[in-house]
Amino acid sequence: MPKRMKKKVVVNRYKCAYCGACISVCKYNANELVETFLLIYEDRCTGCGVCAKVCPMGALEVIKCTT
Amino acid sequence: MYDVVIVGAGPGGSVAAKTCAENGLNVLLVEKRQEIGVPVRCAEGISKDALERFVEPKKFFIAREVVGAKIFAPDGTEITLSEEKAGNEVGYVLERKVFDRYLAKLASKAGAEVLVKTTAYSFERKDDVVKVKLRRMGEEWEVETKIVIGADGVESRVAKFFGIDTTLKPNEVESCVQYLMTNIEFDPDYCYFWLGKSIAPGGYIWLFPKGESSANVGIGVMPSLAKKTPKEYLDEFVDKRFSDGRIVELVAGAVPVCGEIKTAVADNLMLVGDAARHADPITGGGIANAMKAGYYAGKVAVEAVEKNDFSAKFLKRYDKLWKEDFGKNLAKKRKLQQKLLKMDDETLNKIFHSIPKNIKELSVRAIVLEIFKKYPKLLWDVKDFIF
Repeated sequence: MPKRMKKKVVVNRYKCAYCGACISVCKYNANELVETFLLIYEDRCTGCGVCAKVCPMGALEVIKCTT
Repeated sequence: MYDVVIVGAGPGGSVAAKTCAENGLNVLLVEKRQEIGVPVRCAEGISKDALERFVEPKKFFIAREVVGAKIFAPDGTEITLSEEKAGNEVGYVLERKVFDRYLAKLASKAGAEVLVKTTAYSFERKDDVVKVKLRRMGEEWEVETKIVIGADGVESRVAKFFGIDTTLKPNEVESCVQYLMTNIEFDPDYCYFWLGKSIAPGGYIWLFPKGESSANVGIGVMPSLAKKTPKEYLDEFVDKRFSDGRIVELVAGAVPVCGEIKTAVADNLMLVGDAARHADPITGGGIANAMKAGYYAGKVAVEAVEKNDFSAKFLKRYDKLWKEDFGKNLAKKRKLQQKLLKMDDETLNKIFHSIPKNIKELSVRAIVLEIFKKYPKLLWDVKDFIF
């Protein structure tokens, strides 16, 4: 299968303050806050980056990667 | 089978649980965290009236009483409001870690079952019964209930399972960071608010005293307008204003400021508090409305069980209650917020200058009225809010 570019969101766990801001803006339900641990479901994430935009701590980043 | 499963043990969820349990319902209150009330995501201010309507104030959960608010224009011009006129979020500064636990205890004393470190991760409606899937420490199981009350905060997912999309847009949310600070100088009898696009675009910086020598110093910004993270804006402010201050705690959070939602009910479901976007679009305060909503949802749940009717049509009476009490106000505040967002710092300074200096204490309403007189164009389309 040919490789293609995909966007994904990565969490800097040293910065994340597990506040849930990113969850409240994700219309794809691509993330979940399990107590203090932020999970990102890559299969649902479109890489739209709205979560990174609202993160109070600057803990989220959209990166490009090959699948 | 439960009568009600409540997701989230914040003030909204716990008041709902207490109300249901006191009226004899079979109640389960589920909290995903292992400690109720922690981590705090709140500036912790509430007016005396709003608190006392539901809870007898106790010393152990009140960190500080304040007598008013000091509001600063971008250029530093100050106005001072007395407590009964400053609005809903000034009066008591709570210790939420203690307060939330106290409310959950009241709920459990009234007869509600409480589960912590437990996530309600899926909901399935069938034949007027909701199957709630629960997960705790790797164990998964299912309970049945007639009604679900979603009190799962700003990150609420419960609504979506029932077909209500409450996803927030970047202009419908405040992104917040707060430090608990010591070694700072302030008047512990006042809450402080600093306004201005340059310091907090689409939001403001606050200081809420937690005692004589410590205070919550925090910021909310609107991500659609902000050029940096709220943490960066706050650090800049703190470096300038409280350079000797020490940060002894850090919290972050998000506040829904989209205003009144169309409905907070679906078949077998009611939403309360931040999950229903009940926070005030101007101040960001949410405790008072969450407790009111919890109380109303609890009352309606009791009626629904009596009538054995859990349809959205029946539960609409909950919509009616919260909308009449504070929902309409949320809609107006959202309109006013849209206006304020368009104001630049110079206009804001001008407005502050135009407020008569000889009047020491004014109400928010009186101030808005004064602005309206001087700058009718500015606020013309929100005049209904003023008069």
